Amino acid sequence: MNVFDYLEPTTQFVIFSAVKIALVFGVTMTFVAYAVLAERKISAWIQDRVGPNRTAPPIAKYLPVIGPILVRLGMFQPMADGLKFLLKEDFTPAYVRKIYFWLAPAIAVIPAFLTLAVIPFGSTLGNPENKMVIADLNVGILYTFGVVSLGVYGIVLAGYASNSKYPFLGGIRSSAQMISYEIAMGMSVVAVFMVVGDLNLGAVIQYQAKYGWMVFHQPLAFVIFLISAFAETNRLPFDLPESESELVGGYHTEYSSMKFALFFLGEYAAMISASAMMVTLFFGGWTLPFISEPASSLLGGLLHIAIFIGKLSVLMVVFIWVRWMLPRFRYDQLMDLGWRRFIPLALGNILATAIVLAFISI
Amino acid sequence: MSTKIVDRKPLSFFENSYLPTLVSGLKVTWKHFKKSAIQGKPLTMEYPEQKWVVPQGYRGAPYLVKDQDNNTKCVSCQLCEFVCPPKAIRITPPGPNGAPADRKNAEKSPAEFEINMLRCIFCGLCQEVCPEEAIFLQKDYSLTGESREEMVYGKARLLQLGGIHGGIQKWKHKLEEAKEQEVFPVHAE
Repeated sequence: MNVFDYLEPTTQFVIFSAVKIALVFGVTMTFVAYAVLAERKISAWIQDRVGPNRTAPPIAKYLPVIGPILVRLGMFQPMADGLKFLLKEDFTPAYVRKIYFWLAPAIAVIPAFLTLAVIPFGSTLGNPENKMVIADLNVGILYTFGVVSLGVYGIVLAGYASNSKYPFLGGIRSSAQMISYEIAMGMSVVAVFMVVGDLNLGAVIQYQAKYGWMVFHQPLAFVIFLISAFAETNRLPFDLPESESELVGGYHTEYSSMKFALFFLGEYAAMISASAMMVTLFFGGWTLPFISEPASSLLGGLLHIAIFIGKLSVLMVVFIWVRWMLPRFRYDQLMDLGWRRFIPLALGNILATAIVLAFISI
Repeated sequence: MSTKIVDRKPLSFFENSYLPTLVSGLKVTWKHFKKSAIQGKPLTMEYPEQKWVVPQGYRGAPYLVKDQDNNTKCVSCQLCEFVCPPKAIRITPPGPNGAPADRKNAEKSPAEFEINMLRCIFCGLCQEVCPEEAIFLQKDYSLTGESREEMVYGKARLLQLGGIHGGIQKWKHKLEEAKEQEVFPVHAE
């Protein structure tokens, strides 16, 4: 018994949720910072370079052995990057539509974080009533898709508000691209939920703990979901809204300083939430084949969270790796892939799943 | 018809699935990743710590050199100053009452010899024109300083950077030639 137990259940819930939100937000922000570092390091290695290896705060000198290694790996680089973004001049061009210009970065970054609310990132911390998910919604996936589709507005608005040609083209491309791939993405997930029979993401994990990872039940759905996730997060090979080589910087050409940083952050946060979604839907969430019971102790709970973050990191590396592996698609190829291949494939997958399920139930 | 139209074979179903390209892309990136991350052999050099070994005959910064007896070779003839295209060299002669040269076969040596490394274009004309073989383009290519004044290298600094360059020894060879003149008959070359 501690002070916490004397509070009303509602107050307890509010405090516990606030702590969870703060933690998830903090961890995600750190993860974003280090994902950027990972991006830079992995790209450097793939291109036979060394990558960031200089940034060293004064404390690095006093760490005996580990200091030089950390500096060598660029572990302090994210701090310098963050500081740089904070200290840069925030320039607003005279010709932009000011209200939308200021609104767009916020709209781009918020949905990416909101998606994380329904992801079960761990089982419990010992007490079975406190699940390690911010909002244990019964319509988790519908919420996710609703929120994710808001993300396109940030980019479209940025393209419109910038009032110049390259951002405008980037905005148009992104709206077309995101709308197209959302359909394929949503359809690929339908098959998963037909198998599970529940829209709650916690239930999806329980199902996978019992019957094996969903990626083995629904490999086609996974492939479609993965590729659509690349398109949804505007990552190469589908980074047409940004495409530096043809559109300068795409939708964020006119942005600088922290406003640009928000787009940047939004992109990586979207990658994280897409990876988290894939881990939950296809890779068993916080479970491993031999660790599937909800944790009964604090240590077990932390282990589950560590498993989740480990799986997440692997998927993030896949995201980063693919970026440096494949060239950008042509716009018509992109649309062709979305509409003429993935949507029929996803539909076929739903049909096949339905037939198989019908036979099993008979 | 200089244009050659290349037949493009239609892609097979397998090739159309993007799978072969994916696999080959994975192979290429993995090869490079392995080389630079796992074996630790990136193509790049970490510049201030590692430096290029410049090839023989590289034209770097011009420095004054000393002879094998550690004496100043320069005799303050000012030919390099006159030939220098960007006017980077500035020589102050010793004057009528200046100090004598510190070696035989020379009447004088410069009171001050300055090369403005910000002006110098590393063309090598000073080296070419020097009758005493006293100035040589050496291998330094990265000269840095914190002010313009610092980039004007004085005599002491140039001599120190140039070091001893005893290899050619013009006066020794002149002496040998002169001695050969004394011997009769002269070598026909």
